[in-house]
Amino acid sequence: MEQTNFQLKKQKSQSNDWSARLHHATRATREDWMGKGISYLCIGVIILVVASMLWFITSKGVATFTQNHVSLTKFLFGTNWAPDQGHIGALPMIVGSFAVTFAAAIVATPFAVGTAIFMTEISPNKGRKLLQPVIELLVGIPSVVYGFIGLAVVVPFMRHVVGGSGFGIISATFVLFVMVLPTITSMTVDSLRAVPRHFKEASLALGATRWQTVSRVILRSATPGILTAVIFGMARAFGEALAVQMVIGNAAIMPKNLISPASTLTSQLTTGIGDTIDGTLPNNALWSLALILLLMSLFFNALVRVIAKRGQLKHER
Amino acid sequence: MNAKRTDFLATVVINLIVATVVGILVFLLAYILISGLPHVSWSFLTGTTDAFSGAGGIGVQLFNSFYLLVLTMLISVPISLGAGIYLAEYAKDNWRTSLIRSAIEVLSSLPSVVVGLFGFLLFVVKFKIGFSVISGAIALTFFNLPLLTRNIEESLSAVSRSQREAGLSLGLSKWKTEIGIILPVALPGIVTGIVLSAGRVFGEAAALIYTAGQSAPVTNFGDWNPMDPASPLNPFRPAETLAVHIWKVNTEGLANNAAQLSAAASAVLIIAVLLFNLGARLLGNFLYRRVTASK
Repeated sequence: MEQTNFQLKKQKSQSNDWSARLHHATRATREDWMGKGISYLCIGVIILVVASMLWFITSKGVATFTQNHVSLTKFLFGTNWAPDQGHIGALPMIVGSFAVTFAAAIVATPFAVGTAIFMTEISPNKGRKLLQPVIELLVGIPSVVYGFIGLAVVVPFMRHVVGGSGFGIISATFVLFVMVLPTITSMTVDSLRAVPRHFKEASLALGATRWQTVSRVILRSATPGILTAVIFGMARAFGEALAVQMVIGNAAIMPKNLISPASTLTSQLTTGIGDTIDGTLPNNALWSLALILLLMSLFFNALVRVIAKRGQLKHER
Repeated sequence: MNAKRTDFLATVVINLIVATVVGILVFLLAYILISGLPHVSWSFLTGTTDAFSGAGGIGVQLFNSFYLLVLTMLISVPISLGAGIYLAEYAKDNWRTSLIRSAIEVLSSLPSVVVGLFGFLLFVVKFKIGFSVISGAIALTFFNLPLLTRNIEESLSAVSRSQREAGLSLGLSKWKTEIGIILPVALPGIVTGIVLSAGRVFGEAAALIYTAGQSAPVTNFGDWNPMDPASPLNPFRPAETLAVHIWKVNTEGLANNAAQLSAAASAVLIIAVLLFNLGARLLGNFLYRRVTASK
């Protein structure tokens, strides 16, 4: 009896040894745990940053309506912006922002699409050697430098040509046009390159000229991509702060024409946020402007997704 | 009008468009360099700014720009490396991953002024650190993280599957494979991305106005103890960068030669950014040759 017990024990301890070895993690597994830990931590940091950014700006932005009890319609459609006296109609800035964004996109799109067609269809060689660096350099120029050139060249030019002070929506449009041009161009190039080769070959084989092929086949099948490119450009224009702020004149009044000083959401934010006291109505009102910016950026993001999905469906059919 | 005439006309129009675009760039560069470079001198590059009018040299601002850049990179490169490895290696193709990807996309599409305001709210208002180098560096990190992460993920994913399989078949862990085999192969792409993003960070101003501040207190360049308030390395002092300086001189400055000053500062900024772009390309090519042993 004793002996069997002993034997059993021995057996048990042996199996314990094996199970210990088999159930314990090897060095490689432990390394993998560490690696997973590190990379999960890093991605966690990014998620935390995004979440807290959305949370903080939203909670600050709605304070105007929850704490100061300003009505949302008054804020969105009021035209009188004098936060010190309690008037916070943000329509002038909203109109300003949309005006410069659309104007810049309308001017830049033909240039961007033309350049992209040149780079992909007319002269791919020159496109790669000459235009690719041009686009990259235009992207690389910092926005304050665009603002400075706008101030030193575009504003005096406008003053000379159309009169007035030179500050205004049209000057901002000019500056933004150059700033969004490389964004739209490089994304349009990508979408033109993604058009299947046989589309083009089939069209040319039918005897179509290059322009017929480009305009009726290539541009048409690349439309979702080009639209995405334009929206990205608009998102950049909508969020651009300093370059616009330097040339638009920063007058928080409804823009009557394109050549009188106006202001955008971003320009009002950059000029105002340092001069107001945290927690007061003028400060909260500015955070509400920031909230509009945030929401618009999310909207542009969603729009890009919808277009991408639609475009995919079209190709599949 | 027949098809051939239309084709010819369209070609002419497109050529004109391209000429305009190239012309714009040439004009921009020529304008900045021609109007700015004559005013760039050694005393301008090293001199101090008059705090009231904004006139004078840009020595402190230039130092601040580089210091902020280094700090930003020290914070953002490790985080985006980890995040990039996560996305390239560990992330499964499910709703959680696509949520993470959209979060990164949202962060990258946020206007830089919003990122700057968030930094202002968090560090200056909530934590009461004040306008400081460290607030600026973290705000720039927020702005830099999404692009760098995407770049690193793309570089890692571009490495061929067989390299991964080779590592795993040798009994290495996924992590070891990634760090020891995949990362070195992907290094040229990653380095190019890092240097390009450095150029972007160097020229950024909107995110810094309310985080790193708009003043450049004269620092004592003989004092390299980061804890001293007068030391240039002290991370808790306000630090106006070159890009912010250009903005400040143009909008609030009282210097009577503001145009000259900002032209010169813009020229310096542009040259720095061009050097970053050129450096990215050269360094990427050099590393690619070293790593792949191809001539």
